[in-house]
Amino acid sequence: MIRFLLRKLAVIVPVLIGITIVSFGFVRILPGDPVMLMAGERGLTPERHAEMMAQFGFDRPLPVQYLDFVASALGGDLGQSLVSKKPVLAEFLTLFPATVELGLCAVLLATLIGVPLGVLAAVKRGSWFDQLSMGIALTGYSMPIFWWGLLLVILFSGTLGWTPVSGRIALQYYFPDATGFMLYDAAVSGQKGAFVSALRHLILPSIVLATIPMAVLARQSRSAMLEVLGEDYVRTARSRGLSPWRVICLHAFRNALIPIVTTLGLQIGGILTGAILTETIFSWPGIGKWMVDSIARRDYPVVQGGLLLIAGIVMAVNLLVDVLYALINPRIRHK
Amino acid sequence: MALLEIRNLRVAFPTAGGLMTAVDGIDLHVDQGEVLAIVGESGSGKSVSMLAVMGLLPPEARVEADVMRFDGQDLRVIPARARRRIIGKDVSMIFQDPISSLNPSFTVGFQLTEVLRHHLGLSRRAARDRAVELLTAVGIPDPAGRLTTYPHQMSGGQCQRVMIASAIACNPRLLIADEPTTALDVTIQKQILDLLSDLQIRTGMGLIMITHDMGVVAETADRVMVQYMGRKIEEADVLSLFSTPAQPYTRALLAALPENATGTRLPTVGAMAKQEAGHGR
Repeated sequence: MIRFLLRKLAVIVPVLIGITIVSFGFVRILPGDPVMLMAGERGLTPERHAEMMAQFGFDRPLPVQYLDFVASALGGDLGQSLVSKKPVLAEFLTLFPATVELGLCAVLLATLIGVPLGVLAAVKRGSWFDQLSMGIALTGYSMPIFWWGLLLVILFSGTLGWTPVSGRIALQYYFPDATGFMLYDAAVSGQKGAFVSALRHLILPSIVLATIPMAVLARQSRSAMLEVLGEDYVRTARSRGLSPWRVICLHAFRNALIPIVTTLGLQIGGILTGAILTETIFSWPGIGKWMVDSIARRDYPVVQGGLLLIAGIVMAVNLLVDVLYALINPRIRHK
Repeated sequence: MALLEIRNLRVAFPTAGGLMTAVDGIDLHVDQGEVLAIVGESGSGKSVSMLAVMGLLPPEARVEADVMRFDGQDLRVIPARARRRIIGKDVSMIFQDPISSLNPSFTVGFQLTEVLRHHLGLSRRAARDRAVELLTAVGIPDPAGRLTTYPHQMSGGQCQRVMIASAIACNPRLLIADEPTTALDVTIQKQILDLLSDLQIRTGMGLIMITHDMGVVAETADRVMVQYMGRKIEEADVLSLFSTPAQPYTRALLAALPENATGTRLPTVGAMAKQEAGHGR
């Protein structure tokens, strides 16, 4: 197991190096620069522009800037936002819980609905339930999530008035951030109705963010289960007189879990990117919205630092999935 | 009364081209302590008829029979729950490919104790002790240590021994072995056949051996049933079948054994049957 982990970790290093290059290069390829955008419509004289660029250190050759970025990143310093003047890492840590809260709810929703749906569809293969659920999954998968999000807002927030349009909690509630997780903070704040308000704010964004992963998981669970249900060991389990429930949920599902967990791991990366759109639609103050705003402002340190952090988290999640994968698949663990 | 009695068993599967009949009017009976071999080429309906007895055919399969009784219980009308109390306990089955027949995600110990706890209601402790006993009985070295291993860590022969252990776990009265040695190499085949014969003699259970290997038949069976295209061609005790086969197909099958080959090419059933048909009648 330790050798397995070391092998996985060894792969991470070159990937991380690649990510620093991409995240550093990405914002600089975009037309415009932070100084121009700060100046706004009035513009700047070329001399003043050059002076300000020099002030931020953006006049130096790109390789020098890159090495400087990597060296400080290694020391844990990702620089300061050009706009807010706050350290990138501190801003990230303030906003990240909001994204985690939304992402976790979405993952839970996608898993708790998508996987059982897929398993049931496989067991009842060819039935109307199978056809219907896979039809819905395909629709969910093909829907652009910004459009889907807006549809839900129009229906549930606009027409029905059941859920709020945006934000994390209603304005009348105020309490200091204890953890940054609104559900938890609201629950311990002691303010009546705060938790329900936070929950109501979370519902629509979670559904929107969960839609694609849910569809992917449902389809993957179905095909994984179908494959496993045809295996000899499932026939063996049935030939031993075990109940159909036990055969499906234990003998078959345990083996179907292997591809399902892999898919789930990939979807978690997708959820972090999906959060960018969802957070923008619902004005959710998480890192997705923060990245979009920073790209628009060409806030170089925030974009390169933020990308690096997000990529690091995605890799950490994938590593976790690999470990989980080895735990549920003895053939990998005992290699 | 026969332990298992089947009369006029018919099994068909709906396909895109209409109903496909896999078993067409098979009669069969096995007594306690008897070894019946069912031989026939691939697709002759040997496995399908036994899967029908076990209730393991896919739900779309159409199973009909005039009589299908195990130990006096009518298997045609038995509710699923009651059938599950019989299969795995009183009638058990082992399959062709032992490695894929064991669940790769669970240890050998889990797969053995599960059956024991399910049918006999043994405690964890008692099931474990019985599992060690069973592994000893099927000749697995270091049985206690083997409980924590996974199927992929064992050889095919050992996996088949574990399959046999789990099949005989609840002292079944009938064991159905569906080509138990086909996926194994020759020396291991011999060991597994010896083990099955030995267990059958010791426990007095009935044994149905499905095979297409005449060597296996000669070695183990009391009575032989030859099946072809879903029909029973011939049934006889093993000595008379080998000495005086009554049907052309059986003669062709015996003549097709590699050890009976005389020319440079191996004889085939098709060629032999044609030859038989030419000067037989």
